[in-house]
Amino acid sequence: MARTDVGKLSFILLFAPFALWIALLIILPQLGIGYISLREKVGPGEYTFGFSNYVAFLSEPIYWNTLLRTAWMSILVTAMALAVGFPVAYYIAKIAQRRSRAALFLMCLIPLWVSDLVRAFGWIVILRETGLVSSLLQKIGLVSGPVELLYNDATVVMGLVYTVVLFMIVPLVSTLDGMDNSLIEAGYNLGGSRLTVFRRIVVPYAMPGIVAGCIIVFMLTAGSYLTPILLGGKNSMWFTEQIYEQFVTRYNWESGATFGVLLLVFTSFVVWLGLRLTGQSLASTVAKD
Amino acid sequence: MKSKFALAATTALALFVANTDANAETLRLLTWGGYAPDNVIKLFEEANPDITVEVTLSNNEEMIAKLRATGGAGYDLAQPSHDRIFAAQKEYNIYKPLDLSKVGAASLDANLLEGVKANATIDGELYAVPHQWGTSGIVADISKAPNVKGWGDLCNPEYKGRTSMRLRRTILLGTAFGLGKDPFALYADKAAYQKMLDEVTDTLIACKDNVKTYWNGGDDLSTLLLSGEVVVSEAWDSTAFKLYGQNKNLVYVPPETGALAWIDTFVLPRKSEADEAAYKWINFVMKPEIVKLMSDSTGAIAAVKNGIDLLPDDKKAAVKAAFDDKDLANLKFFANIPAGLEDMEGKALERIKAATSN
Repeated sequence: MARTDVGKLSFILLFAPFALWIALLIILPQLGIGYISLREKVGPGEYTFGFSNYVAFLSEPIYWNTLLRTAWMSILVTAMALAVGFPVAYYIAKIAQRRSRAALFLMCLIPLWVSDLVRAFGWIVILRETGLVSSLLQKIGLVSGPVELLYNDATVVMGLVYTVVLFMIVPLVSTLDGMDNSLIEAGYNLGGSRLTVFRRIVVPYAMPGIVAGCIIVFMLTAGSYLTPILLGGKNSMWFTEQIYEQFVTRYNWESGATFGVLLLVFTSFVVWLGLRLTGQSLASTVAKD
Repeated sequence: MKSKFALAATTALALFVANTDANAETLRLLTWGGYAPDNVIKLFEEANPDITVEVTLSNNEEMIAKLRATGGAGYDLAQPSHDRIFAAQKEYNIYKPLDLSKVGAASLDANLLEGVKANATIDGELYAVPHQWGTSGIVADISKAPNVKGWGDLCNPEYKGRTSMRLRRTILLGTAFGLGKDPFALYADKAAYQKMLDEVTDTLIACKDNVKTYWNGGDDLSTLLLSGEVVVSEAWDSTAFKLYGQNKNLVYVPPETGALAWIDTFVLPRKSEADEAAYKWINFVMKPEIVKLMSDSTGAIAAVKNGIDLLPDDKKAAVKAAFDDKDLANLKFFANIPAGLEDMEGKALERIKAATSN
């Protein structure tokens, strides 16, 4: 009897911080945002409730175009981060010597020690018209005048891939690390080509890491604010910027909250769709024992 | 031994903390970058040893958003512009009335004080006093763009890819004046204002090709101009005057239709907790010797009598190079924004930002 009580108590104590964190820092603010998003302003200090904020979102092409653009570019960033991150993770987990692995892994984490803002400004210094790359190209004689490399979508995608690729590498390394090398050897011994072994053995094994990495990267990208704004220039429209504009510049908390809810719902939908289309489920990948 | 020392140190620290808590008052300032320079804070704290100053840097929109979020708590003194008081107070009730008798009103510039009174009096109560004023206009590199005269030059194809602006309401108003309209006269007529906004939006969308990028703050603007990447830009005169100190070719040009003038004010947030300290700060920064230090840091002109004469010498030279008496007589002061207009302007700005160009 006493034993189970102790068990119960330790369960409650261990679970409490997690439950508090989820309830106070995630669920409660989201409920607040949801509540404000249903509020309609009639006059100064007067409100009623309804869905007019959502209708307003749907009837204004600028808003949903921005949301679709953000989602589309985030998917692109996720795919590129996977393409860039997978070889790196594979090298660290499978090819590099055991001794150098920790050092390599640490080197991947080092950029995280510098804030997003500073890293974005680093890119600005390098890519601006009077910046490093432009003057270097002129010195070599590849271009005749200064070139502007900032303020376009390609730069935004590159900057975002750079920011988030670590969040792809980390889960991939930890899944690939657990793979037994003899599985790969067995594949070769049974006459599999490199491609077949990669496709039939490595990728399925790494799937939990791929799914986890893709979800983290997609969510981080869709919710990022600094990088798209600082590198994007005059044509960059990112959905988080719209949310900021609504809340701060236009004093319109109702529509800002609506956009926040829509971003959450829409990105969750994209993740669900991605899992469906690739035939994966959270239970069989991320939550696999 | 070691633990004894640690204990002693902790006790001393605890005593110290308790001690400062008991006597000191904190003045929490919510203000613009440059409006609370370290040297002024140091002098103020020396003159008032029981007050510590905490500074949060912000801009008009963020100041209002922050005060709105807390119902006017968290700060003891804020500095929004004069056209951002009436509507914000009506709508969100975030300020409280000021006592003009506690401010050395005699030393304030009478015109500016009247201007702020006209804009920031609600139900007979005054909510703000002027602090610094300046204008928005054009800055041009006269070695590369010698003929810049007005707002329209930002869209002049001669400077394609070499112009910049801040995508906020100022550029909408400036462009409207450039098109020969008077937006302030249309404030009362929403339909007419919308019609004018549509025209301005079309102009600025067509102009997008000409613009290199939109700047967000004084630092962006400075780098763009000093590096020569931009030769004509919408600018705050204060930033332009600072740039003039570094490169004599970067001259502030008040547009021929009149520079747009703003007054940054002092207001008390509704739930402020250190009113006495706030009044002390207001009166302190109006002293002539402090005005000079302040203007050196803000680049703007203090709203006291002879504000221009109290500018540091290099800034005075920059002002003299930019303004003649005709320009000063032609200033267009921002009028109070009626409710609902900001939303229309926000839509216009979104349309401009979302329009595609090369």
